[in-house]
Amino acid sequence: MIQAIVFLPLVGFLIAGAFGRKLGPRPSELLTTGLLMACAVMSWITFFDVALGHNHGFAPVLANWMTVGALKVDWALRVDTLTAVMLVVVTTVSSLVHLYSIGYMHEDPSRPRFFAYLSLFTFAMLMLVTADNLVQMFFGWEGVGLASYLLIGFWYEKPSACAAAIKAFVVNRVGDFGFALGIFLVFQLTQSLSFNEVFAAVPGLEGKPIHIFGMDVDALEIAAFLLFIGAMGKSAQFFLHTWLPDAMEGPTPVSALIHAATMVTAGVFMVARLSPIFEHAPHAAAFVTVIGAVTAFFAATVGLVQNDIKRVIAYSTCSQLGYMFVAEGVGAYSLGVFHLFTHAFFKALLFLGAGSVIHAMHHEQDMRNMGGLRKDIPFTFAMMTIGTLALTGVGIPHTEIGFAGFFSKDGIIEAAYAASAHSTAAMIGFISTVVAAGFTSFYSWRLVFMTFFGTRKEHGHEAHAAHAHDDHAHDDHAHDDHGHGHHAPHESPLVMLVPLAVLALGAVFAGYLFEPDFAGHAYDEFWKGALFTGEHNHILHARHEIPTWVGFAPFTMMVLGFLLSLYVYVLKPGLAQKIAGAFPRLYDFLLNKWYFDELYDAIFVKPAFAIGRLFWKGGDGAIIDGLGPDGVAARVVDGAKLAVRLQTGYIYNYAFAMLIGVAAIVTYFVAGGLR
Amino acid sequence: MFGFGILTGLTFLPLVGAAFLLTQKGEDEATLRNIRWAAFLTTLATFALSVYVWMGFDPSSAAFQFVEEKAWFGAGLTYKMGVDGFSMPLVLLTTFIMPFAILASFESITKRVREYFVAFLVLETLMIGVFCALDLVLFYLFFEGGLIPMFLIIGIWGGKRRVYASFKFFLYTLVGSLLMLIAILAMYNQAHTTDITVLLKTDFPKDMQFWLWLAFFASFAVKMPMWPVHTWLPDAHVEAPTAGSVILAAILLKMGGYGFIRFSLPMFPDASVHFAPLVYAMSVIAIVYTSLVALVQEDIKKLIAYSSVAHMGYVTMGLFTMNAQGLQGAMFQMISHGFVSGALFLCVGVIYDRMHTREIAAYGGLVSRMPIYAFVFMLFTMANVGLPGTTGFVGEFLSLAGAFKANSWVALIATSGVIFSAAYALYLYRRVVFGVLEKPSLKDIMDLTPREIAIFVPLIALTIYYGVLPQQILSSTQASVDNLLQSHTALLDAVKIAAAGH
Repeated sequence: MIQAIVFLPLVGFLIAGAFGRKLGPRPSELLTTGLLMACAVMSWITFFDVALGHNHGFAPVLANWMTVGALKVDWALRVDTLTAVMLVVVTTVSSLVHLYSIGYMHEDPSRPRFFAYLSLFTFAMLMLVTADNLVQMFFGWEGVGLASYLLIGFWYEKPSACAAAIKAFVVNRVGDFGFALGIFLVFQLTQSLSFNEVFAAVPGLEGKPIHIFGMDVDALEIAAFLLFIGAMGKSAQFFLHTWLPDAMEGPTPVSALIHAATMVTAGVFMVARLSPIFEHAPHAAAFVTVIGAVTAFFAATVGLVQNDIKRVIAYSTCSQLGYMFVAEGVGAYSLGVFHLFTHAFFKALLFLGAGSVIHAMHHEQDMRNMGGLRKDIPFTFAMMTIGTLALTGVGIPHTEIGFAGFFSKDGIIEAAYAASAHSTAAMIGFISTVVAAGFTSFYSWRLVFMTFFGTRKEHGHEAHAAHAHDDHAHDDHAHDDHGHGHHAPHESPLVMLVPLAVLALGAVFAGYLFEPDFAGHAYDEFWKGALFTGEHNHILHARHEIPTWVGFAPFTMMVLGFLLSLYVYVLKPGLAQKIAGAFPRLYDFLLNKWYFDELYDAIFVKPAFAIGRLFWKGGDGAIIDGLGPDGVAARVVDGAKLAVRLQTGYIYNYAFAMLIGVAAIVTYFVAGGLR
Repeated sequence: MFGFGILTGLTFLPLVGAAFLLTQKGEDEATLRNIRWAAFLTTLATFALSVYVWMGFDPSSAAFQFVEEKAWFGAGLTYKMGVDGFSMPLVLLTTFIMPFAILASFESITKRVREYFVAFLVLETLMIGVFCALDLVLFYLFFEGGLIPMFLIIGIWGGKRRVYASFKFFLYTLVGSLLMLIAILAMYNQAHTTDITVLLKTDFPKDMQFWLWLAFFASFAVKMPMWPVHTWLPDAHVEAPTAGSVILAAILLKMGGYGFIRFSLPMFPDASVHFAPLVYAMSVIAIVYTSLVALVQEDIKKLIAYSSVAHMGYVTMGLFTMNAQGLQGAMFQMISHGFVSGALFLCVGVIYDRMHTREIAAYGGLVSRMPIYAFVFMLFTMANVGLPGTTGFVGEFLSLAGAFKANSWVALIATSGVIFSAAYALYLYRRVVFGVLEKPSLKDIMDLTPREIAIFVPLIALTIYYGVLPQQILSSTQASVDNLLQSHTALLDAVKIAAAGH
C-alpha cells in the first residue's frame, strides 16, 4: 500500500503532464485529484495502523540505487510513526488543495500543467518523508525544490514570478550545499548512509573529534550543523528565509500546499528524523534553538506591517517554523512535529481562505483595498476566523480546552521555559516565542480586521497610487483580463469551500485529539521509538513542572495582541497610519523586511555578476588568451608575413604547415628513439 | 574479419561508411538524401556492433578483453586493441551519441554535405580507436588524428569566427600533444615497448614519473579542458556546427579524463599522489571560476561551454581522490556529461536552426509556442544542475563524496558549484524560455519536429533511467576501478616499506 501512496501521484503527474493537453483540463483535474484522494485515504489507514495501532513500521526495499565501495544506497520506503504523520499531513492537504484548485484555477488555460505539477510535488514530498537513507531524502528534497520552482514560476509571463522562482531554487541550493556536505561527512564517519546503520553508529561517535576545514571539532556537532543548514534553506529560517515571501508569486493553492503545510516543514521533519544525531550534538541543537527563536521573532515583526494578504501569512509561516525549531532544539522533537501537524491544518486553511478572498476580490491582494468583506463572503470569513483562532493559540491555560495551535504552540513555549534552566539558547527561545505570540495575535487579527471589517475602499486613483508604491502587491493573475472593482465580491464555489471546512475541523480539533499521542501520556505507544531522545532528555515531563505564570504568558500576549489590533484597526481607524508616521524609520525597516534583499543583492548577487565579468574579460580574455594563444597567434602571423610564399589567405593552412612541422619533429624523435 | 578482431571491425566500420560516401557523386537532392541516410545507418550499425561487443563483455573482470595484436611496421611497433571497464563505457557513449549528431545535421548542413559526413565518420573511427588502442603509438595516432576532422568541421562548417576558433583549438591541443609525444618516446626508451598492458606493470623511476606525468598532463589538461587552458573550448563550441559541439562536448572532452585514468594514475602513481593537490586546485578553481563566468555570458553556446568546463572539474577532482567513490563518480560523470551536455547543445541547435542566432537576448517566451521544447530543455537543464533522479546527480554526488574523504576543503569549494550551477542554468532558462513572447522574429517559431523529438527521446530516457538505476554503468567500471585502487595502494605501500627500510 505504501508503494501505491507514493507512486499514484507520480502516475497522475505523468498522465496529466504528457497527455493533459489532449485530455483537456477537466479529465486531468479529476484524475489527479481522484488519485490524491485515494492516497489520502490509504495514508490515514496507514496512520491508524502504524501510529495509532501496534504496527512497528516497515521499510520495503524497491531497488538498489547505487553501490560504490562502502557507499550503498537503496530506494526504500520507510514507514514508522514519524513518516505516518507526514503521510497524513501531505496527502490530506494535497488532496484538498487539488480539489480547491479545480475552483480556484478554473479560468486558467494551463490547468493540466498546474495539476501535473501539484502531483509531481506530492510525489517528491512523499519520497522525502518515506526516505530510508539520507540520499533518498536528498532526492525528495531537491524534487520538491524543483516542483516549488515550477509552481512559483507557473505564470511565467510575469518577470516577478520568474525571478521569485529562481530565487527560491538558488537560495534552497545554498541550504542543499550544507546538506550535501553533511551527507558526505556522515558517510565518512559511519561508512553508511542508511538511517538504521547511521543511528546505530552515532552513540559510538559521541565526543569524537575530527579535523575538517582546518579546524579540530566534534564530529557529530559539525555533521548536525551542516545538515541543519539544509533544513534552514528548505524551512526558510533566518538568513535563508528570503525566498519564502517572494514565493507568494505562485498561485495561492500552491502557497497553501508547498509554502505553508508541507515542503517548508521538510526541515522540521529532517531534524526530527535525525534526532539521534542532534541528541548527541548539544551545541548544534542550541544553534537550532537560536535560529528558530530569531526567525520566530524576526518574521513576526515583519508580518506586523505587510499589506499583501499572502505575505502576512507567509511571514507568519516563517515565524511558526521558527517555533518548531525552538522545540526541536531543546529536545522536544515530538512537540515540533506536533506543531508541524496542527500548523498544516490551520495554515493551509488560512492560505486557502486568503485564496477565497482573493478570488472574491477578482485577484486583488492588497488588504488596504479590502474591508467589510464579512457580509459579502460570510463563509470564508468564518473559516478565516477559525484559522486565526487556531494560529493565535486560543485556549484556556492549564485546561484541555482550546484550538489546535493552543496545544502545540503553548507546548513549545513551556518546553522552551523548562529547558531554559540549563541553557541560554532555550531562554532566548522562550522569550522570543512569547513575544512572537503577541505579534502573531496582532498581525493575524489585523489581517482579519483589515479584510473583513471596516469599509471597502473603492478603486480610485488613491488605491492605484498606493498600488504603484508598493512593489509587492502584485496581482495574482497577470493575464486576468477580468478588470477590477466592477463586480461585487462573491462567495467562492462549493468546490473551494469544502476543503476550507475540512481543514477548519482539523484546526479546531487536531490539537485536542492528538495531544496525548504526540506529547502526552500515550507518547511511547504512539511514537514507538521513531523519535530518539537521550536518557537525560526529560523535557516532556519538565514542561509540566513549570510555574503557573509561564502557562499564562502566551495567553496574555495573545489577548494583548488581539486587543491592540482591535483598538488600532477597528475602534480607531487611521491610528495605524499615524503610528507608522511617528516612527518612519522603524516602519520602513519592517516594511522592507529588515533590508535583507537589498543586503544580499549588494553582497552576493551583484558581486557574483561583477566577478564573473572580471574573470571573463580579464581572466580569460586579457590574461589567458592575451598571453597564450592570441599572443602566439599574433607572432605566427607576424612570421607568416615574412614568408610570403606560404601566404594563402587561410589561417588554417598555417596550422597545417605546423602539422607538417610536427611530423618532422616526430620523425626526428622516432628515428632517435628507436635507435 | 581478415584475421582482425571485433574491435578492429568496430573501429573501422565508420571508415567503410565514409568510403561509400565518397563514391556518391553529385549535388542533386536524391544523392544528398542517400548520403545523409548512409551516414546515419553507418553510425547505427556501429552502435549495434558496439552493443554486441558489450554483451560479450565481462564487467566482473578488470582484464583487457577482446584483445587483438598484430606486428606493425616491424621495428617493435604493434597494433594492439582491447577494452576494459574504463574504455568500454566510453566506446558505447561514442557510438551512442554519433547517430544523434548525424541526425541533427540532416537539415542544417547544406554545403559540402558529403565531405561533412565523411569528416564525422572518420572522426568516429578515430574516437573509438582512442578508447580501444592498447599501444601507446597507436593511441597517440588516434588521439592526435581526431584533431584533424574536428579542426575541419569547425573551420569549414563553423560560424563567423570559425577560423580563429579552429586555429585556437588546434594550437592549444597541439602544444599539449607535443609534450606527450616526447614523454611517449622517453617511456619507450625506459621500457622498450609501447604496449600499454606492459607499461601498466612497469615501475618508472620516481623522478622520471614526475616529468612523464607533467608531459601527459599538459595534453590531457588541454583536452579536458582544465582551467586555465580552457579558453579554446568556448570559442570552439560557439563556432562549431551543432553536431560538432555535440561531439566535442560529449566525447572529445572525455579523452582527457580517459587519458588520466588510463595512463597518469596507474603508470605514474607516485607522481599522481604528488601532483594531486595541483589537480584539486585547478579543478575547484575551474568549478567556481567558470560557473561565475557562465553567469554573465550573452551567448547560449558559450554559457553551456563554460558549464562543461565546470563539470569537467568534478571529473578531474574525482579521479585524483584515488578512492572508489571519487573514481567511479568521475567515470560516471563523464558518461552523464556525454548525455546531458550533448543534449543541451542539441537544444541550442534546435533554436539556432530556426533563428540563426545564439544571442540569449534574441529569445524569450519560447514556452508559449514551443511547449515540448520547453520541457526537453528544462529536463536537461535540471540534469545539468545535478538534480537527483538524473544522471547528473549520481556523478556529482559520488565524485564529491570521494573528494570529501580525500580533502574536506576541496569538497567544500567544489560543492559550492551546486549553487552556482543552479544560478546560471536557471537564469539562462528564464531568459530563453520564460517571459512573454514579444519579439516579432519569434512569432512564428515552431515546436520540435518529429525528427527532433526522435533525437531527444532516447537521451531523455537514458538520462532518467541511469539517474534512477545507475548500477549498470557503475558495475561495468567497478572491477577496473578496484583493480586500479589495489595496485595503487600496493605500489604506495611498497614505496613506504622501501623508504622505511633505508
